Amino acid sequence: MIPILSAILSGILVGYLTRDRSFHQYTGAILSVIIGLLLFFLGLSVGSNEEIMHNFPRVGWDALVLTMGGTVGSLLVARYVYIHFFKK
Amino acid sequence: MKQSLLFLSLFIGGVIASSFISRSLLMGSGEVARWILYLLLFLVGLQIGGNKHAFNALKRNGWRVMLVPLATTAGTFLGVSLMSVCLPNRSLLDCLSVGAGFAYYSLSSIIITEFRGAELGAVALLANIMREFSVLVFAPWMVQHFGKLAPISAGGATTMDTTLPVITKYAGTEYVPLALFHGILIDFTVPLWVSFFLSLG
Repeated sequence: MIPILSAILSGILVGYLTRDRSFHQYTGAILSVIIGLLLFFLGLSVGSNEEIMHNFPRVGWDALVLTMGGTVGSLLVARYVYIHFFKK
Repeated sequence: MKQSLLFLSLFIGGVIASSFISRSLLMGSGEVARWILYLLLFLVGLQIGGNKHAFNALKRNGWRVMLVPLATTAGTFLGVSLMSVCLPNRSLLDCLSVGAGFAYYSLSSIIITEFRGAELGAVALLANIMREFSVLVFAPWMVQHFGKLAPISAGGATTMDTTLPVITKYAGTEYVPLALFHGILIDFTVPLWVSFFLSLG
């Protein structure tokens, strides 16, 4: 957790200090390329792992169940906050 | 939307390509992958730090804006914890680390794969893609039944980019600064929560 925290915090610090420089317009594009590559490699390791490929229906089902829990949970709390603090 | 489909097809392309690539090529890239992950996190930070709009919403709405990311976080963790009871073969911490992706499927699945393996990484990828798509598809229904903050909370970390157009359309332009602030804050907490839950497990 410490290396993750330091990587992101040093990024924020450098980003904040250089916020008026023009190179920021390229950060998003570089990020997309790296993410695309890493997702391709994630696909490679998922595809070459027979255990995952055999259990793929269960991987998908677990993902669906967890998404519904997280999304509906956040919708309900957001509804409470909206009614009590935002609705005029 | 376009970018999400591209990322998804790259992942599927990887799954298909894996049957044509020799095993030995896939092994022994662990150390490199970890440094690429740190570079990725640094760039995410760079984007957050360099964003000039992040605090406009604070000026306009005051302390109330903090309630929205809090609602997103608390609601997600509550819902995921309840659902983890239905998934006896997954630990509560694994479920929470998937939920802590807050629709930021790329970053969360990459971190989970690195520290917990590709199986849970695949669950995280699918779960968080579904969360993003649910907002893109159901945003009008969410606003109708759960109020104008609903698509923002459901959108999690994506409310500063991919889901911002539908939020603008169905919640209204007055919620755009709030959505930006929310997205940036949740964005920042994704790697922290995910690695926190993984370090406990």
